[in-house]
Amino acid sequence: MPTQSLKGSLLSNPFGLGLLVALFFVFGPAPALQSQEKPYFITYSQDLEEPGNLEIESKTTLGQPEDANRFGAMNVEFEYGVLAWWTTELYLDGQTTADESTLFTGFRLENRFRPLMREHFINPVIYVEYEDINGADKMLLEVVGHDGQADLSEPNDEARKEQKHEAELKLILSSNVKDWNISENFIAEKNLNHSPWEFGYAAGVTRPLRSLASAKPCAFCLEKFIAGVEAYGGLGDTDSLTLADTSHYIAPIIGWQLPRGRLSFSPGFGLTSTSLDRVYRIGLSFEINQFGSYFRAGKGGA
Amino acid sequence: MKLRLYFLVVIFLAATCAVLAASSSRWDHVPAKDHARANPLAGSPDSVSAGELIYRDHCLQCHKENAAGDGHKKPALRSPRMRSATDGDIEWFLRQGDLGHGMPSWSNLPQAQRWQLVTYLRSIQ
Repeated sequence: MPTQSLKGSLLSNPFGLGLLVALFFVFGPAPALQSQEKPYFITYSQDLEEPGNLEIESKTTLGQPEDANRFGAMNVEFEYGVLAWWTTELYLDGQTTADESTLFTGFRLENRFRPLMREHFINPVIYVEYEDINGADKMLLEVVGHDGQADLSEPNDEARKEQKHEAELKLILSSNVKDWNISENFIAEKNLNHSPWEFGYAAGVTRPLRSLASAKPCAFCLEKFIAGVEAYGGLGDTDSLTLADTSHYIAPIIGWQLPRGRLSFSPGFGLTSTSLDRVYRIGLSFEINQFGSYFRAGKGGA
Repeated sequence: MKLRLYFLVVIFLAATCAVLAASSSRWDHVPAKDHARANPLAGSPDSVSAGELIYRDHCLQCHKENAAGDGHKKPALRSPRMRSATDGDIEWFLRQGDLGHGMPSWSNLPQAQRWQLVTYLRSIQ
């Protein structure tokens, strides 16, 4: 493909533009910094953003419902550490479906709080989220109630007409045992338009491939890689609190700690007939060191 | 009259608590088992180098170059307080953090890396 047309197609397509932004974050000039969070896509651990830091992360979800078009959903997350026990986050979601359209599907605002100031064997985190998304959102950032393939099969021009204002609560329980992280999330979601409460779960385990850090800087050392697995799915709703017609997934995950962020990948496998057969996720994050200090004159920036 | 007396008692108790909190060392809270824990990587030159890299990745942004602190809320790590701590005290504190005062918990780092960081912090005292 000629250079000019490649550049044109990258810039005219939102996913191409996202790729360019991501490449700039990874290879562009910026202070080196490593995020401390795990490479989970769905599960949350006790890790919060370091106070004052801003993490920008792009996540992509690829899948194909049965008898429907392939889709690629992408979001950008801005995660800011307000305090050591409080992290706030804004998500902007979009998707493109083959032979249909590309569209912005909405935003989410979330806050995570650690109510206990000390480290315990199990560390609770309270998660509160407000979502303003439409029915065409395909990020699958949580699977609740009786969510299934059918929700992802509706054509974009129909699905986008449904506007969802949802509140989501999660109880995150997480433990760091030796070098392992074990996290469990209990999810309750309510569409504020008189829909029933929907429930779901996510659980994950991760571990770095090596515990000791190398004495010299390196990008491909084993300690830079974190591997694990996560499982997630729906648990019905208050009208039908049953596992019938619910989706469940199991997904190995691998994360690579880059000099300026993290690259992660997860192939997910559906476990029930209502689940997608396969869902692939790719994440790329970049962290800005002490972002908050840029706005506090005279306090000595980063 | 009674109300004023209650008010004075409350002020007195609050002031006593504040004085006690200020006078107690951070390390007084460390459990005896952790306080006595020995650093398995103490003195290892490789651990000092690895610990310095970990410091650069995770601690430098707040505690600054040469662990000098920012002169405000983020303290210097070359200090009499650090010198008075055992390796076990420092590892415990890294694991616990102090969320109420802005220090994250580093329990998500593998324990071996926390010991490497302790080794580095010892080497710069």
